[in-house]
Amino acid sequence: MSLTATFTVNGVRRQVDLPDPRVTLLDLLRERLDLTGTKKGCDRGQCGACTILVNGRRTNACLALAISHDGAEITTIEGLATDGVLHPVQEAFIAHDGFQCGFCTPGQIMSAVGLIAEGQAGMDPERVREGMSGNLCRCGAYAGITEAVLDAQARLDAQDRSQAA
Amino acid sequence: MSEIALNQAPAHLRQGSNIGQPLTRREGILKVTGAATYAADNNPPGMLYAVLAVSSVARGRVASLDVAAARAHPGIVDVMTPGNRPALAQDPDAKDHPFMFRMELLQNDRVRYANQPIAVVIGETLEAATEGATLLAPTYETETARTGLDGGESFAPPAVGVGNPASVDRGDVEAGLAAASRTIDATYETPAQYHNAMEPHAIVASWTADGLSIDTPSQGLAMAQGRIAGLFGIAPDSIHIRSPYLGGGFGSKGLISGPQILGILAAKMTGRPVKLVLRREQMYGPVGHRAPTRQRLRLGADAGGALTALDHHTRTASSTFDDFFEPASDISHTLYASPNLATSHEAVRLDTGTPLFMRAPGEATGSIALESAIDEMAEACGMDPLAFRLRNYADAEPISGKPFSSKALRECYRQGAERFGWSARPLAPRQMRDEAGLLVGWGMGTATFPALMFAAEARAVIRRDGTGLMETGAHDMGQGAWTALAQIAADGLGLDIDRVEFRAGTSDLPDAGIAGGSAHTATAGTALHKAGEDAIAKLAALALRDERSPLYGAGNAGVVARDGRLHRRDDESRSESYADILARADVPSVEGRGKGAADPAAQEAYAMHAHGAVFAEVKVDPDLGQVRATRLVGAFAIGRVINPRMVRSQIYGGMIWGVSFALHEKAIVDARTGRPMNPNLGEYHIPVNADVPALEAIVVDEQDAHVNALGIKAWARSASRGRRGPSPTRSGTRPGRASASSRSRWTACSADDQPAGCGSPLEPAPHR
Ligand code: FES
Ligand code: FES
Repeated sequence: MSLTATFTVNGVRRQVDLPDPRVTLLDLLRERLDLTGTKKGCDRGQCGACTILVNGRRTNACLALAISHDGAEITTIEGLATDGVLHPVQEAFIAHDGFQCGFCTPGQIMSAVGLIAEGQAGMDPERVREGMSGNLCRCGAYAGITEAVLDAQARLDAQDRSQAA
Repeated sequence: MSEIALNQAPAHLRQGSNIGQPLTRREGILKVTGAATYAADNNPPGMLYAVLAVSSVARGRVASLDVAAARAHPGIVDVMTPGNRPALAQDPDAKDHPFMFRMELLQNDRVRYANQPIAVVIGETLEAATEGATLLAPTYETETARTGLDGGESFAPPAVGVGNPASVDRGDVEAGLAAASRTIDATYETPAQYHNAMEPHAIVASWTADGLSIDTPSQGLAMAQGRIAGLFGIAPDSIHIRSPYLGGGFGSKGLISGPQILGILAAKMTGRPVKLVLRREQMYGPVGHRAPTRQRLRLGADAGGALTALDHHTRTASSTFDDFFEPASDISHTLYASPNLATSHEAVRLDTGTPLFMRAPGEATGSIALESAIDEMAEACGMDPLAFRLRNYADAEPISGKPFSSKALRECYRQGAERFGWSARPLAPRQMRDEAGLLVGWGMGTATFPALMFAAEARAVIRRDGTGLMETGAHDMGQGAWTALAQIAADGLGLDIDRVEFRAGTSDLPDAGIAGGSAHTATAGTALHKAGEDAIAKLAALALRDERSPLYGAGNAGVVARDGRLHRRDDESRSESYADILARADVPSVEGRGKGAADPAAQEAYAMHAHGAVFAEVKVDPDLGQVRATRLVGAFAIGRVINPRMVRSQIYGGMIWGVSFALHEKAIVDARTGRPMNPNLGEYHIPVNADVPALEAIVVDEQDAHVNALGIKAWARSASRGRRGPSPTRSGTRPGRASASSRSRWTACSADDQPAGCGSPLEPAPHR
């Protein structure tokens, strides 16, 4: 059995041989495409460390079989900064110290980017906390994470307003 | 938008221009872009994947493994079992010193606990090796597992923690209880807990012409190197370990574990690089845990509320084959003044992996019991919990009678209480409700943690171009060592932090000791500071003896190092740059060495501890019994703060661990089989973002001349300690609500010159 699938990963189209249908999107990224920024904390959808965007939606890459996402557009933590300029969420995580060990961070940041795009939480801290609760942080960096998401949301809103004007 | 008010430390607390600044993490960009490489992110060419098969029973022997079925699976390269495991130079069951823990390296077919490694399957892909491991389909001869704190004959352990005596007393507790006007006798249990760092233990190992090359998370590189050298019979300096970032450790990565050694064995067996990463459920056995405890506290107080006796007894558990005894009763050595004081431990042996130090071992378990008992005693005396603690405030360390090197706990109580609004708390329970009808309770607890120092070394170089290099094999597991130690290094060299190359995180550098016991910044920091002083002294020697230098003849007045220049102390206008001094002397660089270690004389003379007070609000649904923490205020006296931003994060993390201990985490062991029943992050609960209450932390100014040259105490493990489980019986009507939007605030206050709740921001935090 030889299968191939095509993904657009961080804007680049990649055709991937998938001789093994058991490969998850997470292991595809980490072990075969050398995109190790996305982390594995549990491999069963319980921690959020592997959060990526699949067609713009927050997805636990450990629960997604690669072969069933043929054609998908994937964004990982490595694809967020453009031309060396950090995404506002990345900047806000640094400014608010939204991490300690950093292991949950790629997942937190991708989840935050997804949450902001979903427009679910806005500037309501309670809803941000709820919307970010699929991403565990054992270091307990939650205060900084929430501040960072709100700060990034505010900056992105301001950007939108100035573009609209 | 930001609610943070990050302050620079007051000038008198800073040294040079770097220490005390709230710099952002130096590795921040790497961490937010996914470029920081954790051990499992390494994929050397030709690498194989090793997957553990672990025991599903807790006691017995492995009767069969279907190795043929695993080998027949496509992509399987080899299967390691006790029958073919490469030889080791040392028995994995040998124990030459207390820090050498026995490990399961397939030495035989015995099963000593559930999730013990029983075979390693090695494949070309992770998928093949994972499936191969399940194809082994082990069968067992099972024996009845010994579980629970009543699961065995108890005995008095020879020592608890790391070499502490198992029982200590002062005065006569029975006489003190007899003389008391009120007594309580209360028993508390704490469950087994697992570290559950977000990063599972992982190793990528390859044997090369150059020796053994390893990527693995380690809180103690030199110790890991020594252990591996012993097991494999090779020279320590032929082992190169890289551990630039740990995805959390909390004690579980302090000592190298059996699974990591199995990864090295798999590489040896196959002659290729091997990656082995534990699955989450495999972390509930071979990599340590916090042992369960049952603690009995007997307290007596006189009519005025002064303690007459304090007896703290702990029963805990270790494994059947090794010793680690949670030192829970030891917390009572330090906190409350009682003329009669006794602490003791007993233990049982269970079919479990060996317990280990987990964030504040002994203090976390012990203080939840002691602080609960203190509250019960306060209630028995009809006193407010804070007033009772102040009544029994220890001005000298109760067990030893030694003075404290510094102790600003009274100030922590005062500032924390004021910020929290503690004085509005009604004494009687069930007085406060919120607008939704939930019962509101306010509680508080004291935190303490010893200011430990281990031993560390560092090397400093000042180069001809005027830049510096500082090296120590330090570990950053999230506490901020990359940044805080670099700040100390830069001040040690009198340079701006951007002019100093700071190297850490590999075993090829000077030994930085272990990142544990909250002692790393103090120990490695002292070594860096001294290495810097040594390098500066050598540089000064070059200038002082050179007639052409403006510093010539500074003699006894000496020089000060600042901003890359040496200045005459008696005339600061006379100075010379490092680069000019080295150029004229025509040497490429000067090098200094430094060591950090505890000062035995100071340790003999003083009791050294960090302290804190944490105030909590919880809400309880009177119909459902659901408990939620809604607000926490902590005030901490932790000596000199190197980086307020990182300390804030550490303190909040510690406070969240306190909430987790009280309300969330608990390992459940099946009493019949000895298997952990919730070995995953879905059922072993740790707080999620929405569980975390509004947090506020105050750092109380504290100067300590005795702990070490830099005045650094523990960072913030102390924050995880001493917050007891809120008790619904102490609820009341709740005056006003804390600001809804600002859930976390951070202030740094000075005890002497500012009112409580000081800390108007001096200036916005610079981002670097
Ligand atoms: S690794 Fe995917 S949710 Fe934990
Ligand atoms: S930063 Fe360590 S787990 Fe979140």
